[in-house]
Amino acid sequence: MIELKDIRKSFGDKEVLKGISTTFEAGKTNLVIGASGHGKSVMMKCMVGLITPTSGNIMYDNRDFTNLHYKQIREVRREIGMLFQGTALFDSLTVEQNVGFSLKMFTNMSLAERRDRVDFCLEQVNLSGINDKYPSEISGGMKKRVGIARAIALKIKYLFCDEPNSGLDPVTSRVIDELLHRITEEFKITTIINTHDMKTVFDIGDDVLFIYDGHNEWQGNVRDIKTSGNDRLTKFIEASYLT
Amino acid sequence: MKLFYQFGKYILFLKGMFAKPEKVGVYIDRTITEMNNIGIGSLTIVVIIAVFQGAVTTLQIAYQLISPLVAKPVIGSIVSDSSMLELAPTITCLVLAGKVGSHIASEIGTMRVYEQVDALEVMGINSSGFLALPKIVAGLIMIPLLVIISIFLSNVGGVIAGEASGILTSEEFLQGARESFLPYNLVFSLVKAFTYAFIITSVSSFHGYYTEGGALEVGHSSTKAVVYSAVAILFADYLLTQIML
Repeated sequence: MIELKDIRKSFGDKEVLKGISTTFEAGKTNLVIGASGHGKSVMMKCMVGLITPTSGNIMYDNRDFTNLHYKQIREVRREIGMLFQGTALFDSLTVEQNVGFSLKMFTNMSLAERRDRVDFCLEQVNLSGINDKYPSEISGGMKKRVGIARAIALKIKYLFCDEPNSGLDPVTSRVIDELLHRITEEFKITTIINTHDMKTVFDIGDDVLFIYDGHNEWQGNVRDIKTSGNDRLTKFIEASYLT
Repeated sequence: MKLFYQFGKYILFLKGMFAKPEKVGVYIDRTITEMNNIGIGSLTIVVIIAVFQGAVTTLQIAYQLISPLVAKPVIGSIVSDSSMLELAPTITCLVLAGKVGSHIASEIGTMRVYEQVDALEVMGINSSGFLALPKIVAGLIMIPLLVIISIFLSNVGGVIAGEASGILTSEEFLQGARESFLPYNLVFSLVKAFTYAFIITSVSSFHGYYTEGGALEVGHSSTKAVVYSAVAILFADYLLTQIML
């Protein structure tokens, strides 16, 4: 479980996050929605420690991530997997080396054991047999799936996905959604997904957090989203359908 | 003020880099790869520059000094000493600042703008150490070796130019080089090479690491890495000469 307590972040005079407090439950697919520029990505970057919040606390299973020493932060980060918007695969490494990267860095697995684990992860994302390809040789959808395989190579507790469907066709988007949902349930991890895609929200979402202008505008179960009574949320959903 | 801010940031970057490596074996592998990139990858340009540098210096010294009152081996002694003391370390490293420095800055800068540096951080890897430390260690090993090769080939270039132009024979050149050789000069040259190697690799890594934006900014970082490295090399050149000679 991840808990955010009054997270604020300012860049100069501009306050981007204006006191977000929320809880992301373990074993659930938590969706964060909101228009571009309203703070979703900044919030996610604060949560993984890429940006330091101006104030507030981020608790990973009661460990205060914001007040940990750098070495302790790195320990927590080894429990985190992240799928970046642009996949962030290492261009100079093959798919196998990308997926096995964290295994090589943090475990004492032999080469054979690492290969087994890489094959298992690639199997999970339906990408067996592309171990020797380079990221430049595979499609955008495949890159996203390799990104997911890399994120789950270590036995992670928390999975963060920043716009996992951006730049993908609708069919591939659904494949990615299904994968994320299945992995979340199968490995009982806390998954947080930033998205604009309302189909993703209704297909795989458990809990939804709607961010508007840097604050927590609405939070609840996906079943209640259409009857939330929140005008801004309703407008956002309608606009999403129109586009 | 901005200069002090940048210098402080550079010092903190260096401090952050020297944390305990996650896995020493991986760092050693990366260092060997970088040694190949920096050393073997720069060998051709260093060879060409060194030979022509020695050849041109010989011709120019001869043009200025040739007289019945000056013994011909003096030309060999001046070419040899100036190669060792100044030309080989400084010119070679200024060229390497362009070649190696821009490569390092653009490589790390591209990784930064495509979120690969963030990916390393999220994995719990000390990204500055992982990316920059192997390059710095590889530079500290390979650049002094390239400078030694450059010193040797400058003399070879001098001998070739002397023979080809008929100004002096190879025996006269080598006699002058041998007579004026001081081991301290070689030590001085290597101290310079180590200092410049550190400047090139660390300054370029720093500029690449703090790239913000997109492709255009990667280009800017690459240019800044070369310019700052070159200026720092010239400043260090003056400082080391003042202190050690």
